[in-house]
Amino acid sequence: MSFIPSAIPELMCTSDLACERDFRVLYSGLSLSVKAGELWHVKGCNGAGKTTLLRQLAGLHPVDIGKVLYPQTSIKIIYIGHKLGLKEQLTADENLSWLVGLDGSSTQLQRYAALERAGLKGYEENTVAQLSAGQKRRVALARLHLCKADVWLLDEPFTSLDHQGIEDEQDWLNQHTLAGGAVLMTSHQEVSLPQVNILDLSQYAELSSSSPSSGGGSST
Amino acid sequence: MIRFMLAIIRRDLLLVARQPAEMINPLVFFLLVIAMFPLGISPEASLLSQTAAGVIWVAAMLATLLSLELLFKLDHDDGSLEQLLLAPYPSWSLVIAKVFVHWLVSGLPLILISPLIATMLFLPSEAVPTLMLSLLLGTPTLSLLGAIGAALVTGVRGGGMLLTLLILPLYVPVIIFGASSVAAAAQGMPGDGYMALLAAMFVFALMITPWAAGSALKL
Repeated sequence: MSFIPSAIPELMCTSDLACERDFRVLYSGLSLSVKAGELWHVKGCNGAGKTTLLRQLAGLHPVDIGKVLYPQTSIKIIYIGHKLGLKEQLTADENLSWLVGLDGSSTQLQRYAALERAGLKGYEENTVAQLSAGQKRRVALARLHLCKADVWLLDEPFTSLDHQGIEDEQDWLNQHTLAGGAVLMTSHQEVSLPQVNILDLSQYAELSSSSPSSGGGSST
Repeated sequence: MIRFMLAIIRRDLLLVARQPAEMINPLVFFLLVIAMFPLGISPEASLLSQTAAGVIWVAAMLATLLSLELLFKLDHDDGSLEQLLLAPYPSWSLVIAKVFVHWLVSGLPLILISPLIATMLFLPSEAVPTLMLSLLLGTPTLSLLGAIGAALVTGVRGGGMLLTLLILPLYVPVIIFGASSVAAAAQGMPGDGYMALLAAMFVFALMITPWAAGSALKL
């Protein structure tokens, strides 16, 4: 994966990023560099700030201390959080259509193909209210195939998926990173891919800001 | 950006079409207030024709307020607001699109049935065009100003009361000039001055709201 590190473009980096919520410092001194083809698994106990970190990277949570940088100008990010952003009254296909339509376009054929890849063949015209929790997650994840995003920020993407679903998704993560994309995800489950990097937020909790030299945790 | 706004408008209209109850609710409320009012006061034509302008305007304001709380809340709760904010377009475009749909669903029907209401309340027929025009200028202003409050209370639990308190002072001038224009027309006087003020308020709201509500949504 990383034979010539300098030649691999950096997609995203943070410097000395910190987060404070309700007068509690969740993490500080977080310097991270995400290069093309990397998969980062953000770990940490409940309340360690995993979701907040992803939201800061996506630009949804204000960054007061430190910086989040996207060195290349035309980086497209996709963020799928705990709340999936699906409308219950709309069908799976309609939901995908407008979500993708926010900054791109898709044909119905493409959407049906994406839903089939997500294991939802035959559910295209069901309203999302009729789907199970796992199927809803699959609808949201099907968007990954339609938006040509460089960086995927996924918050607990394995939640409520079945075994097959998790395996399929790891497959997509693998393909995306091999194709030069980057993934940052949180999960309490292990990711069984060779290129996974671990970012343990507990290392950055409290007063570990004096050692930003570690470059963001262990790798491969 | 136009495509982004059209996508929001199309989606929101589709949502309304799937749940027509949401659309009919403010309209039914508006009609109920107006139907109950003569029962409570007196069905006398002379009294009603005097109060009609005020009643119609207050009812229109309450109907708008009723549906405002949900303007951004539903999108916030299911996470689609996050996705809308992540789209590479300024947040004011999102506000304009959302407010437009809100007005289309809550304001426009009121304007369309207002001639009927005017007849019910014995408003002189000369005043009907003024009534419709003042509502046409006033209801979008109500939706726009309300959007600022709605954006501010989006993440707050039980923000409905707070929203009302925040927005009501802003609504006062619109009500005053809106109702006055109709009352003036009912007495055969020109309402142009009131109308100009209503138009000015509309333009002011149109300038300030998208920016203010857009910033509030990002909080």
